[in-house]
Amino acid sequence: MSDMTQDQPLLDVQDLSVAFSSGEKANLAVDRISFAIRKGETLALVGESGSGKSVSAMSVLKLLPYPPASHPTGRILFKGEDLLAADDKTIRKVRGNKISMIFQEPMTSLNPLHSVERQISEVLKLHRGMGERQARERVLDLLTKVGIPEPETRLASYPHQLSGGQRQRVMIAMALANEPDLLIADEPTTALDVTVQAQILKLLKELQREEGMAMLFITHDLGIVRKFADRVCVMTKGEIVESGPVAEIFDNPQHSYTQHLLAAEPKGQPPVHDDSAPIVLHADDLKVWFPVKRGFLRKTVDHIKAVDGIDITVRQGQTLGIVGESGSGKTTLGLAILRMISSTGKISFEGKEIQNHRWHDMRPLRRDMQVVFQDPFGSLSPRMSVSDIVGEGLEVHFPDLTLQQRDAKVAAALEEVGLDASTRFRYPHEFSGGQRQRISIARAMVLEPKFVMLDEPTSALDMSVQAQVVDLLRALQKKHGLAYLFISHDLKVVRALANDVVVMKSGKVVEQGRAVDIFDAPRTDYTKALMAAAFNMEAAPVGVVGE
Amino acid sequence: MDTTLAHTDQTAYQASPLPRGRLSPINQRRLANFKANRRGFWALWIFLLLFVLSMLAEFLVSDKPILVNYKGEILTPIFVDYPEEKFGGFLAVTDYRDPFIQEEVNANGWMLWPPVRYSYRTVNNEIPVPAPAPPSWMLDKETRCSQYTDGADDLNCVVGNWNWLGTDDQGRDVLARLVYGFRISVLFGLALTLASSIIGIAAGAVQGYYGGWVDLLFQRFIEIWTAIPTLYLILIVSSVLIPGFWTLFTILLAFSWVALVGVVRAEFLRGRNFEYISAARALGVSNRTIMWRHLLPNAMVATLTFMPFILNGSISTLTALDFLGFGLPPGSASLGELLAQGKNNLQAPWLGITGFIVISLMLSLLIFVGEAVRDAFDPRKSFQ
Repeated sequence: MSDMTQDQPLLDVQDLSVAFSSGEKANLAVDRISFAIRKGETLALVGESGSGKSVSAMSVLKLLPYPPASHPTGRILFKGEDLLAADDKTIRKVRGNKISMIFQEPMTSLNPLHSVERQISEVLKLHRGMGERQARERVLDLLTKVGIPEPETRLASYPHQLSGGQRQRVMIAMALANEPDLLIADEPTTALDVTVQAQILKLLKELQREEGMAMLFITHDLGIVRKFADRVCVMTKGEIVESGPVAEIFDNPQHSYTQHLLAAEPKGQPPVHDDSAPIVLHADDLKVWFPVKRGFLRKTVDHIKAVDGIDITVRQGQTLGIVGESGSGKTTLGLAILRMISSTGKISFEGKEIQNHRWHDMRPLRRDMQVVFQDPFGSLSPRMSVSDIVGEGLEVHFPDLTLQQRDAKVAAALEEVGLDASTRFRYPHEFSGGQRQRISIARAMVLEPKFVMLDEPTSALDMSVQAQVVDLLRALQKKHGLAYLFISHDLKVVRALANDVVVMKSGKVVEQGRAVDIFDAPRTDYTKALMAAAFNMEAAPVGVVGE
Repeated sequence: MDTTLAHTDQTAYQASPLPRGRLSPINQRRLANFKANRRGFWALWIFLLLFVLSMLAEFLVSDKPILVNYKGEILTPIFVDYPEEKFGGFLAVTDYRDPFIQEEVNANGWMLWPPVRYSYRTVNNEIPVPAPAPPSWMLDKETRCSQYTDGADDLNCVVGNWNWLGTDDQGRDVLARLVYGFRISVLFGLALTLASSIIGIAAGAVQGYYGGWVDLLFQRFIEIWTAIPTLYLILIVSSVLIPGFWTLFTILLAFSWVALVGVVRAEFLRGRNFEYISAARALGVSNRTIMWRHLLPNAMVATLTFMPFILNGSISTLTALDFLGFGLPPGSASLGELLAQGKNNLQAPWLGITGFIVISLMLSLLIFVGEAVRDAFDPRKSFQ
């Protein structure tokens, strides 16, 4: 198969199925999908979580656990050779050599005990039989190519000494080491900040052009697909429902699921800014400094300034959005305001100063200040029924309620967030991500709070579910006149919810003001870079953002 | 997927009753997983049967009759110590095995004996050969009854007076000693496991939840504490006072509680950073409630997995001490002492063999049960 014609695809997946057996049951995760990638082309597999897109990509290199995984039907032809039928030895020759892969989580996909040099040179030594010196040269070459500054000094670094974006760059360098014909990228930017995501995407595009490799790009983010891919396959429930050139699919989606996906972006208007609304929460010169202790006597030599002198005001019925890259101190700020971690600076809640309240003094106030966390899987105790989870706060703050009254309140709260109240005796694992987030919201709302901190409540959710949760939050705010502190890195969601915005960088406020103004006319370079990355996937010039 | 559940049914929640006291779905799945391990499931039933039988030992294996009808009066010797003068004798406590008492009772009523007429302390004075005597079924009837006054026709030469597993070197019935020894071993093991688990879980929970200085100091204390050699301490203590059940229990407890601390502490350290713990704190739930309701259930999986092994460890520690002669006071029924006798009397293999079989059976049954419990609590199995 050495003389390939231009028309013959590089990778041709035909009728591929993947089944997982557990006990006697077999579960079909991927149901007879077919797609093909030509040389130098980018194909995006797009779908929501659980659609089978990662499993499909993993089966190309036979990286699934066999058994329980199996392929009831299908062929995967790479340069005319069927990889599914190939034995382990043949497959190992292809892996990391002709076809390589980038994974989603750069922290866990690099071995924490191997230096960057060892990490990358392993594939070179394995597949090309390079010696130590030769490999080092090639590694330096690769590191320069993926844009790691001062590559010589980075050779001996370990993954934990690199930032998320740098780790992903190292992953890419590893994947490119043997000049693969096909690169499989499984959500390579999902765990990264928008600004870093834009940089990585730009890098991948450039590298693809230079090396002329084909790319199979797996993502849930339609923005990336539109910007980045040549052709797209839309997957849902293990099937490809629609495929074709990107422009065609985006302009004229045929399948109802594709239409649904494209329509799923968070929409709607945030509440109108109103200076006359009563102030619910106000913080003045808030600081959270973590001491850095060194030496034998553990003397404090420096501070990590997670939050460094921030003033914020949240008014009744209004939403203050806090945006910034990861590590900018957004969540720390939120936790400090709720007095979950200690801080200095004045915090007043409904006119009362609470910065000196001890844990015990805060307890009665917890009723009015609630929080919804990011991870819908981690924030619900897996061993408690939904009814117990939602009712726990009532037990603390309304101890006089009878069981029946409490149950009625729980049921009403669940109905309010759009869940069937008869499901309240089930356990969290029986619910989907979006439903779990609704449960978290119900847990906060059942106490009828005045102020709710929302810490990235939509980040772990699929796009279409995100839009539903945003609508729900807005409806609840309108109904109860709630004050929201909305923390997010996702500017699209912030635009749909917040009427005022604070942009944070390294613990400090970069820009602050009405959301309309900031979104329409950002003043600082940092905010401009954030906007460009979030809405257009454009990388900022060097030096403006992190990395 | 959200829209299907989003319909509003105002009456639905009033109609469904509060399911209190029912097994939660997770526990139902655990029970099913436990039953799916056939070996563990059967081991549990066999063990429970043996345990219940040994708890009823006084009615099955005893040197006192269950019921006595003497001169129209129903007596219960198991519950009441009647002085011998009631039957015309002079001792403070009646020896119902005494032919004189038996004749007196049978002349004026009847007595109902348990299936085996020996207790663990009863010395059989009628063994035909010097102690240790072989099991009765190995001898013919003539030899078996040769020591009774009327020989083979004696009133007492009956199946109830057989030594089914022979006697030990002091003429005591091995079966009776096994039954009582099994009981005290299991009870000792259960009590020690329970007590050390309670202390260990509480200590681990406090360390893991609060962390910081509490954790640091406690951990260093435990390191020093575990460096004390338990066996030597017991040797020293037993030279000062005679070790009884509770003395041994206290000494062993003082050192065995640390077994679970590490596991529970780790689970609490891990668990206290979960978002649902933060959520509970944000709700204003008190520390004690958080530890009890949110964190303990997580730690219980690891704890319950460990428990059968701690139970087995406790039982074998007691057996080992008894074997060395530093365990329960002389004369008590004990499996360790039986093993020691087996070692000293190799010419009487029934001692060593029965001791070995009973101990290994008991420990194996408990391990099988423990294995099934571990399967039941394996989250990968229960969340499939």
